[in-house]
Amino acid sequence: MAEKSWLTDIPEMDRSSLLQLRKTMDGAYRDFSREYGDSIEAFFDPLLTFLIWFEKLLLNSPWWLVLGVIAGLAYAASRSAKLTIGVAVSLVVVGYFGMWDDTMRTMSIITVCTLISIVLGIPIGIAMARSNRVQSTVTPMLDIMQTMPAFVYLIPVVMLLGIGRIPGVIAVVIYAIPPVIRLTNLGIRLVDKEVLEAATAYGANPRQRLLGVQLPLAMPTIMAGINQTIMMALAMVVIASMIGVKGLGQPVLKSITNQYFTIGLLNGLAIVVLAIIFDRVSQAYGKRTQAHLGGGHE
Amino acid sequence: MSNSDVLIQVKDLYKVFGDKPESVMPMVKAGKSKDEILAETGHTVGLKEIDLEINRGEIFVIMGLSGSGKSTLIRHFNRLIEPTAGEIIVEGTDVMKLNTKELEQFRRHKMSMVFQRFGLMPHYTVLDNVAYGLKIQGVDKSVREQKAVEWLETVGLKGYEEQYPNQLSGGQQQRVGLARALCTDAEILLMDEAFSALDPLIRSEMQDQLIELQHKLNKTIIFITHDLDEALRLGDRIAILKDGLLVQQGEPEEILLNPADEYVEAFVKDVNRARALTVETVMKEPEHRITAETIGEALKEMKRGAYDYGHVVDDSGSYQGTVTQEWLEEEAKGGNADSTWEEADLTETTTITSDAVLETVIPETLEADHPIPVVDEEGQLQGELSRSSLAEVLVDSSETESESVENQKV
Repeated sequence: MAEKSWLTDIPEMDRSSLLQLRKTMDGAYRDFSREYGDSIEAFFDPLLTFLIWFEKLLLNSPWWLVLGVIAGLAYAASRSAKLTIGVAVSLVVVGYFGMWDDTMRTMSIITVCTLISIVLGIPIGIAMARSNRVQSTVTPMLDIMQTMPAFVYLIPVVMLLGIGRIPGVIAVVIYAIPPVIRLTNLGIRLVDKEVLEAATAYGANPRQRLLGVQLPLAMPTIMAGINQTIMMALAMVVIASMIGVKGLGQPVLKSITNQYFTIGLLNGLAIVVLAIIFDRVSQAYGKRTQAHLGGGHE
Repeated sequence: MSNSDVLIQVKDLYKVFGDKPESVMPMVKAGKSKDEILAETGHTVGLKEIDLEINRGEIFVIMGLSGSGKSTLIRHFNRLIEPTAGEIIVEGTDVMKLNTKELEQFRRHKMSMVFQRFGLMPHYTVLDNVAYGLKIQGVDKSVREQKAVEWLETVGLKGYEEQYPNQLSGGQQQRVGLARALCTDAEILLMDEAFSALDPLIRSEMQDQLIELQHKLNKTIIFITHDLDEALRLGDRIAILKDGLLVQQGEPEEILLNPADEYVEAFVKDVNRARALTVETVMKEPEHRITAETIGEALKEMKRGAYDYGHVVDDSGSYQGTVTQEWLEEEAKGGNADSTWEEADLTETTTITSDAVLETVIPETLEADHPIPVVDEEGQLQGELSRSSLAEVLVDSSETESESVENQKV
């Protein structure tokens, strides 16, 4: 069996061409990042400044002030004393175990990533809902973003921007943005046809239809998307810490390599605490503002 | 309400659903059937050769079963659906030629619409829903809310302003839908099966309310329904659609008494005629009109004509009462032969009006020993309704129908 047959082995590209392909692509990308790396970095500079400012704000303010503000926001969103106390107590516990600073760092980056995802995601979702062609182009891209292992797209980002906060944010946003896009699209498409028809029949223009009918009625679905986006951003914290994003991810990473079981567990639990806070508060907010949509007479 | 001031004209309207509707038009015009075209090209013919004229101030009912194209047709009036060919002309403007901006203005000011499943904004309060049309027009909040409050009161929903639609019952929701439509002061009202989703009792309540409102507002209403009873009750004129084709149009009585084909006949068969027809359509010329001025003269007149009852009218034709020969003879014997009608005590003076629905006059007609007089608003004698003519029109169609069915079985 000296001769290879395509019946027994899958036809392969020969090694030299494969090498050539890799070289070409890597080379092209390296050239691209050398050429444009600086200007792209400059483009992200304002974001970096904001990130640092926000992180410092959370870190340098007295802990009780930060705690008070977070509890206040939780109450404003949910109007539930029970939930607010729960949030405050769990944050105090996290602080008591020595993870306050890391928690604040993580919280700042998650907040920024979520905001970016919303600002980018909702318009993309709207565009998808408006046109089937946009939907069929964007959907496979979202599929790739969600299934491609995060490590893989860390490589080009790091090549382009080095390590640090910005590549971290980009990686987190790529991973976390699909739900908000998908659910904005879905929510708008599921809006009752007759309600939309009524708006049209009364002479509403596309902007009035979008802002007056489609977005408000899609809001519960969009809120679910935002909620998912927050959860996925938190899930990326550990991976992002591999490219230098500080926060609760780094101690976890350290404890994997050094087999520090307790540190890993505690920091992991702190991430869980953050996730639960974000989740419960945003859900309660969504439910409270959409109360009149559900239940009732029917 | 028969003024012939045409407000809306539909000319040669066609609608074909599918990828390339234009390519199918020659086949449609050549008269191929809906099924043939669907099988050959995958296109569905929605509407075919629709020609309509709708007068100002009338309720025009478009009726048909599901799939007949009636909902498609009503959506052409405000172009929620684009036609494949044809024109819709409202006061000289071809709606099909309006550009986007003009169309928006047209929809805001000329037409408003009421939907089968209400189409209310679930996230707006009842008040905001009613004011929606004005909000879209950019009317000030205080002005539009004041107007909305007035219309809510008109439809009987005062006090519900701050509720949300899903806190209301179906009937109440549709009242909100109606108030929203009226709030823009549009001249034309499109009602797409507006009452079909409601319970029968609520439905007839809403129909009454619509009729009452229409008396006050005199809008031009295009009303879609699959319910012939409703069509007959509301419609000044009715058009019947079948498979996207106009089968018959005319006044309710015309359709009821002279159905154009079997399809319409099948519809008409189950109609409660007693409720659908008015006295006017069934009454006959009064046979015995007594113009004599005294009892004695009347008796003579009656004997001469050899009949035993008559409707007494004065010089101006105004109805006074009904007399029988028996009663006249008794009065004459009693020495009242010379008394005039004012002096005599006419006991039988029951009358019915010509616009009354048959159902409501059944008791009077059955109780009377002779045909009952029909008078107009001024009390003028217009005709008479006998038991036999009432019976005839009420049993007529269903009797013959069942007979013919039996014959077929044999």
